[in-house]
Amino acid sequence: MPDRIPGPETSPEGELPGARGELSQGVLDALRGPTGGPAPQPREARDADPFGDDLQLALYLCYELHYRGFRGIDAAWEWDPGLLGLRAALERRFLEALRERTAGHLDVHDALDELLVEPVDGTGVSYFLKDEGQLWQLREYAAQRSLYHLKEADPHAWVIPRLRGRAKAAFVAVEFDEFGGGRAERVHARLFADLMADLGLDTTYGRYVDAASAEMLAVVNLMSLLGLHRAHRGALVGHFATVEVTSSPGSRRLAEAMRRTGAGPAAEHFYAEHVTADAVHEQIVRRDVIGGLLADEPSLAPDIAFGIAATTWLEDRLGDRLLAAWRSGSTSLRAQL
Amino acid sequence: MLVEGPVEVVLEDGSTVRSDRFTVALCTCRRSRTYPWCDTSHRRRSRR
Repeated sequence: MPDRIPGPETSPEGELPGARGELSQGVLDALRGPTGGPAPQPREARDADPFGDDLQLALYLCYELHYRGFRGIDAAWEWDPGLLGLRAALERRFLEALRERTAGHLDVHDALDELLVEPVDGTGVSYFLKDEGQLWQLREYAAQRSLYHLKEADPHAWVIPRLRGRAKAAFVAVEFDEFGGGRAERVHARLFADLMADLGLDTTYGRYVDAASAEMLAVVNLMSLLGLHRAHRGALVGHFATVEVTSSPGSRRLAEAMRRTGAGPAAEHFYAEHVTADAVHEQIVRRDVIGGLLADEPSLAPDIAFGIAATTWLEDRLGDRLLAAWRSGSTSLRAQL
Repeated sequence: MLVEGPVEVVLEDGSTVRSDRFTVALCTCRRSRTYPWCDTSHRRRSRR
């Protein structure tokens, strides 16, 4: 077990990050006051860039209240009607823009088949890191990804009450594996914290929100959005399938990157574990979660396909951002590690 | 191939490997780099 980086790990909550514009500043100001106080008006979201730093951070702040919240901030903000009204407006902007970008996507089976083909000349982030990634780039990658992996599988747990029968049983079986199969030391979020410690990163929850780019916030916001709305249960399942289907080969490349750079045993183990775990999960998700849900609610097929398309689009966008920064020799982060 | 876990697999050299995952994907194509566990190396590959 690697030595832990000392930090304020005692709090289950994260620290409030800094603002990135008027919307996020307004949400931060509201949260620091009593609930029921003024939050930005929903109409203020109307002209915001749907994928920009300000809207994405404002949305991230609203969602984080449903996970572990922020230190010193009243937990009752989670269900504050004023803030929920703003959140709904932010979500509308984000969703409309995603639907625009993914218009004309394939049917669900074609979309899954496409994910299952491995390019022989792949050019994504995991290929770059495997072939030429340096330790500083692996550290940046882990800091960005920590926004999700320190709560790995949490956004998906919300869909459980909205599934039934075969889809539910299979979904919960995969989630049980994500949550360590009953062993705290194997919870994937914990394995990721061990990876971060190997890379000399601070494992404190929320520590790298300020450093993360808007593209990373959007990836996590999509999961929260789909998880929190029953109306989007089909898209959540499509999102989950995308993550599980693409994870295994990508994880093998990242495990190789960790090994080649000597990042450390826990760093390598996190991705090695995902190679074999997600080879199982992928098959169960396709056969029983998607198959079960489609048998139960065939009308959800377009939503599942949207979840796949939106996830792929946002992940590609994040990959482009990281590679553009690294290929020009500059940082992908907004703040130094 | 999916089998219910936990499983113990005896390899050709006589050694035993074990997985206590709830379901285990065994490699049947022999291409896995984590043999006997599946690592999705069976997937179709294409030039884009």
